Amino acid sequence: MTLSDLEHSVSRGYQDIEEVKRYTGFGTGPCQGKECLALVASELARLTGQPPSTIKPFTSRPPLAPTPLRLLARDPGAHRFDDDREDG
Amino acid sequence: MQPVMDDEEDESRADVSGEIRLPATLAGTGPLPDKAEIVIVGGGVVGLAIAYYLARRGMQDVVVIERGYLAEGASGRNGGGVRQQWSTEINIRLMQESVELCRRFAVDLGVNVWFRQGGYLFLARSTAEVARLERNIALQNRCGVATRMLDPEQAQDIVPELDLTGIVGASYNPTDGILFPWPFLWGYARQAAARGVKIFTQTAVTGLEPAIVASAAAGGTGGFTVHTPRGSIKARRVVNATGAWSPQLAKLVGVDVPTYPIRHEICSSEPLKPFLRPMVSELASGLYCSQSMRGEIVGGVTLPGHESTYAMGSTLKFLSTYARRLVRLMPILGDIKILRQWAGPYDQSPDGNPVLGPAPTHPDFFLACGFVGHGFMMAPIVGKLYAEWLTGGAPHEIFSRYRLARFTDGSGAAQPKEDFNIG
Repeated sequence: MTLSDLEHSVSRGYQDIEEVKRYTGFGTGPCQGKECLALVASELARLTGQPPSTIKPFTSRPPLAPTPLRLLARDPGAHRFDDDREDG
Repeated sequence: MQPVMDDEEDESRADVSGEIRLPATLAGTGPLPDKAEIVIVGGGVVGLAIAYYLARRGMQDVVVIERGYLAEGASGRNGGGVRQQWSTEINIRLMQESVELCRRFAVDLGVNVWFRQGGYLFLARSTAEVARLERNIALQNRCGVATRMLDPEQAQDIVPELDLTGIVGASYNPTDGILFPWPFLWGYARQAAARGVKIFTQTAVTGLEPAIVASAAAGGTGGFTVHTPRGSIKARRVVNATGAWSPQLAKLVGVDVPTYPIRHEICSSEPLKPFLRPMVSELASGLYCSQSMRGEIVGGVTLPGHESTYAMGSTLKFLSTYARRLVRLMPILGDIKILRQWAGPYDQSPDGNPVLGPAPTHPDFFLACGFVGHGFMMAPIVGKLYAEWLTGGAPHEIFSRYRLARFTDGSGAAQPKEDFNIG
């Protein structure tokens, strides 16, 4: 995600932060917005003239941090299908 | 009547130089137009596909009204699968055409949708499942889809990472594929707008008022007044393309649509270098996963006992169930990390088939809903057929086969029920 990506998004009419997320892919990488969201929001306010207070963060998605499948698979709350083995 | 253009060859191919512009903001700044020939409610893939194909056939007096932003509903929340492996002939044939439209999408609409035909591999863990796949394959082959039955070792040739324990067979069609859903909508929106369609996001429909028709013989030609907080539009025809929210919109004119929202969850991993060619799905659990062109493993699993809800929250139970099944099937994936999970609503219909065509009581109120989680892959061909019909073309058989009245007049029982839904 670069400044010109954001400018391109705005020029195409995608100016809502949820639209910008989908148009540029920002916030869907390893940081999930933790590093980029505030910066994008402030640049979006500058580019569009929206008051910063009206720009809400996009919906945050679990998990809080990248989590290995092997760890999740050990959760005893996982649904067991008829053919699921009782180990692991 | 608007002039009807030949739909097969689009003279004004997509402008890939970027000169086609949508309005400065899709929410629109000015008032809504006073009237329109067709108002499409719903800025998802179905509504935008219909709008695009209408415009291509010369029908420009079209307004699309979206309550939130484009792709806010299921269109922006799905796994991007595009397959021809179905259990009913009509769906197989429709999807053959949709795949062809997907193949041409980047050229025709000037946007990269990252379409990749890596095939779909369905895995069976019982002889009953194998029999089910074999029945479907026979039908698919008759329709010209080259699906074939594989033994477990052949499946492993395609996906070497598979643990074959318990796998007894697989079906594989190499021309099924995946795409990146979001750009699909921008492509339709941009090209529809370039041809005169007006799109307004952040605009909710608050009322649908049938016009008073002076003569009863004029039945249904009066159209509707579409009310929104930003003003009202007189529309000769209204299309309900609001996905899981279709029953609510239909209620505004007293039409009962028996579909209901079912929340389905999905998740995405960190990006990996390309290794997984097909979409892999396991019948026993509804597990599915594919590798996007961005490298992420995107997938889900079917949890039993879905309740009808518009709530779009995420659950640990989904994520852990998905992880358990996926690591069992491909143990090497155990160390990859999940980056995010989300949910989207299936517009579930009682018989698994969509609801298309006019409402019996309101011939100018058209339904395009009930797609049960595969609306995205159906949208290209359904949008095209819908637009052809609304601009004077002969109605495709889907518009009688999938009419709303089938749920009340008993005719629906004669229709083959599609049972090959996953996720």
